[in-house]
Amino acid sequence: MNHLIDILTFTVEEINQLINTSLDIIENPEKYSEKCKGKKIATLFFEPSTRTRLSFEAAMLELGGSVLGFSEASSSSASKGETVSDTAQVVGCYADIIAMRHPKEGAPYAASLHSPVPIINAGDGGHNHPTQTLADLLTIKREKGRLDNLTIGFCGDLKFGRTVHSLLQAMCRYENIKFVFISPDELKIPDYLRQDVLDKKGIPYVETANLEDVLPQLDILYMTRVQQERFFNEADYIRLKDSYILTAEKMTLAKPDMAVLHPLPRVNEIAVEVDQDPRACYFKQVMNGKIIRMALIMKLLEVE
Amino acid sequence: MIINPITDGIVLDHIQAGKGMELYHILGLDELECAVAIIKNANSVKMGKKDIIKIDQVIDLNLDVLGYIDQGITVNIIQNGKRIKHGHLELPEQVEGVITCKNPRCITTTETTLPQVFRLTDREQGVYRCIYCEARAK
Repeated sequence: MNHLIDILTFTVEEINQLINTSLDIIENPEKYSEKCKGKKIATLFFEPSTRTRLSFEAAMLELGGSVLGFSEASSSSASKGETVSDTAQVVGCYADIIAMRHPKEGAPYAASLHSPVPIINAGDGGHNHPTQTLADLLTIKREKGRLDNLTIGFCGDLKFGRTVHSLLQAMCRYENIKFVFISPDELKIPDYLRQDVLDKKGIPYVETANLEDVLPQLDILYMTRVQQERFFNEADYIRLKDSYILTAEKMTLAKPDMAVLHPLPRVNEIAVEVDQDPRACYFKQVMNGKIIRMALIMKLLEVE
Repeated sequence: MIINPITDGIVLDHIQAGKGMELYHILGLDELECAVAIIKNANSVKMGKKDIIKIDQVIDLNLDVLGYIDQGITVNIIQNGKRIKHGHLELPEQVEGVITCKNPRCITTTETTLPQVFRLTDREQGVYRCIYCEARAK
């Protein structure tokens, strides 16, 4: 049985297939409206995330399926001490596929070990968020027409930003990718990505604290929010939360075809004025997220 | 000091000096009924000082654990007073129940019944990572 725990679970070919299916869904939505008729997705959200949960639910509904689930741990058996593995085995009796978000890193993997149905990691702590990565990849493909030969800047919280970790690992598999990491010292990318992924594969990267200096080089700027829920110490959060704010003025330094991505929700790291800039792609990303989740659900359920 | 040769059993040689007792506990040798000798700070041409463990019975040793702790250890299997097998160890692909994940955000911190499993991700550097959260073993 296939699960999606980590974006690297899928080969580049499988990701290309998902992107191609997504492009076909965009062209011919009616063709897919009953592909999952009679199937159910359970959205098990042990940590609140309205948009990701709604994206999965909208994806299943557009495929003609139905949805069930919960949106916070207090309304699940986790509050009674049930393990995620047991929860998956129970819910697997009710649903055909599970999308799980959990504050603990590795929880969806632990759930997948004994689950009778496919598990999709919908975000686990600061670790991985592979379906956001699929949304990011589809957005890059649609905006730039390619997934190779790109200089990608990641800005903000690169330490706890799981979307950054997943996208970085996914992009490493394409030709001629360069990374620019823009963050304060305290929020740099984790060592395991630097050592096990970038250094091992010899992928060029630059780490800097200054956004303006590197903006002109970038084909993609991936902005992130400094997430309060990842900090044990509120003082650290307050000190770092406004490290980077993208404004219309800063956008004048960027290439005319640079794409600005953001996994959302934003707080104030992208000024609202930037929304009018045609290079702002973060709301398109949301739509792409729903579409590629449709393609993913079909793939994991082996629906032709 | 004289320790008699064993007829049937296992000799773990070339243990880093001072590590013998730790290995004794990790391998669960304290639970054996047979005689077990730990020789500390034995003279060694190769190492200067070394520890040796002699087990007076052939048991099913967890070589993965041994390999993770010290690849320099030599394992000698003795049968009828003769050494029938002699081998060096390699870093195992995976170790279970030896390392505990120190990442406070890892699922294993709240679900303590999950097995603590670490996978080798870099053989050259000897790096092991938690299979759940990918935190590096410390």
